[in-house]
Amino acid sequence: MKYHKDIFEVIFFARGGQGAKTAAEIIGQTATLEGKFVQAFPSFGPERSGAPTKTYLRISDAPIRTHEPVVDPDVVLVLDDTLLGSQDVSNNLDKKEALIINTQLDEHEVRAQIVEHGGKFEGRIYPIDASGISLSIIGTPRPSTVILGKFVQVTEAVNLESLVAEFRHIFEAKVGKEITDKNVAAIEKAYDTI
Amino acid sequence: MTKDIKKLALTGGAAAAEALKQIEPEVMPIYPITPQTPIIETYAKFQADGEVDTEMIKVESEHSAMSAAIGASAAGARVVTATSSQGLALMHEVLYIASGTRLPILMLISARALGAPINIHGDHSDVMGCRDSGWLQIFCENAQEVYDKTIIGMKLAEKVNLPVMVIMDGFNTSHSVENLEILETEMVKHFMGERIAIAPLLDTANPVSYGPVALQNSYFEFKIDQEAAMLGATAEYEKIANEYEKISGRHYGCFESYQAEDAERIMVLTGSATGTAKVVVDKLRQRGEKVGLVKIELFRPFMHVELATILKNAKEIIVLDRAQSIGTNAPFHSEVINTLYEANEIKKVKSFIYGLGGRDIFQTQIEDVFMGKQKDKYIK
Repeated sequence: MKYHKDIFEVIFFARGGQGAKTAAEIIGQTATLEGKFVQAFPSFGPERSGAPTKTYLRISDAPIRTHEPVVDPDVVLVLDDTLLGSQDVSNNLDKKEALIINTQLDEHEVRAQIVEHGGKFEGRIYPIDASGISLSIIGTPRPSTVILGKFVQVTEAVNLESLVAEFRHIFEAKVGKEITDKNVAAIEKAYDTI
Repeated sequence: MTKDIKKLALTGGAAAAEALKQIEPEVMPIYPITPQTPIIETYAKFQADGEVDTEMIKVESEHSAMSAAIGASAAGARVVTATSSQGLALMHEVLYIASGTRLPILMLISARALGAPINIHGDHSDVMGCRDSGWLQIFCENAQEVYDKTIIGMKLAEKVNLPVMVIMDGFNTSHSVENLEILETEMVKHFMGERIAIAPLLDTANPVSYGPVALQNSYFEFKIDQEAAMLGATAEYEKIANEYEKISGRHYGCFESYQAEDAERIMVLTGSATGTAKVVVDKLRQRGEKVGLVKIELFRPFMHVELATILKNAKEIIVLDRAQSIGTNAPFHSEVINTLYEANEIKKVKSFIYGLGGRDIFQTQIEDVFMGKQKDKYIK
């Protein structure tokens, strides 16, 4: 049973270098601007490009005191479907909870893979080809920003407008307006997918 | 949300750098080591961007960082540095020079395990290794406390003329994004004031000698004075913390007592695990269990009388250490036994060790400890 019913908890499964930590921090900063309380931190293992990583995110209306890793998420985001073979992504994910995954597979294929690797998940699966959207709009296969749009659509944890504003605030100075615009277009496209 | 609330989401390391930006020390000798590096890295960016006017001295080792800090502080400057783990161990020799010379250096510690075997993750082994070095040691639970205690620690150091360590949990606090509120810079500057150095080395009109020999006829007296200054620092800490509460609304003391007043079982611990344990206390209280906790905020000097008062009505004390003292009782365990013995209290004391080398601690484990289900001394 969930220890923190009043805290919205997320686990990101990704590979080192895919930008999961940055994605979690963007959502965290956005929620902060909306007056909520947040925590965002990676599972502190050795950082190796390509190795499986876990990043945790908490959002709450009240201050968050716990510092344990998220053990019972409300939502899981998977940035790389090859992780289905090695990571127990559906652990503690219940019927009413959701799995968002960057993949070209459909919902049934994803569920079949989870079952095939010994997992069990009866909740909703939201597949999105975030790498594909990123490739076609931004020109590089970086799923981490695109999937933010899907996350907002599914969870409504933050507003799309404030997330986009925060994204612009962080990235425009770093990568310039043109690339930022393309990223924002990709986020909005993901938000509009069914 | 209004702008003047200044609610941010930062890592503990960035929170420390934010406080340092407002303090704007004159000199900062720096040497990188994980998981402290984000502090000096962030500050170096402020300095490179011209936001602060600080002389940053890039040295070749932590021993040199502390040596440079000693020189600059003796010269009369406001001095800050930061380190972790092996870096703190390498400084060990000169830590005593800083405290014995009564220099008000502030050092931020992102506490980390010590090798061997090599491990870059959080525990309290490094800071426990220098608990007798004459430095004040202040522990932080989260990013907010890191920000607040950096400001309190700097002012305290200069008030009592002793060096201060402000300690956060490596990674758990230093690398986790959390919310905090910060003060207006002007408010912090006003709170800090200027450092008024006693007999600074650069006051050439009144020349003094630093680092002299003191032999059998006087060394002893120096050390007695130093201990008196350390014990007297508590009152100043409480005074400064009270002044800080007036401008921030946040209260700090030697210990934070949480649901301990009528508790039969009290857990003693510090650092980021305290927040996790508070959630467990709330949960067990709802079930009718009379549990509470005490967070150690000021570890050096250690206020035994104050702790004894908090523990007075408890039947059982549960001590959680994130370090060993190999060959005897763990550091907090020893202090709690000292406290109870001096207060003439015979109570059941249980000692547990958790989180070595960055091992996570979970609420279910803390619950097991409270409920007597954790038999092993090591919470693995």
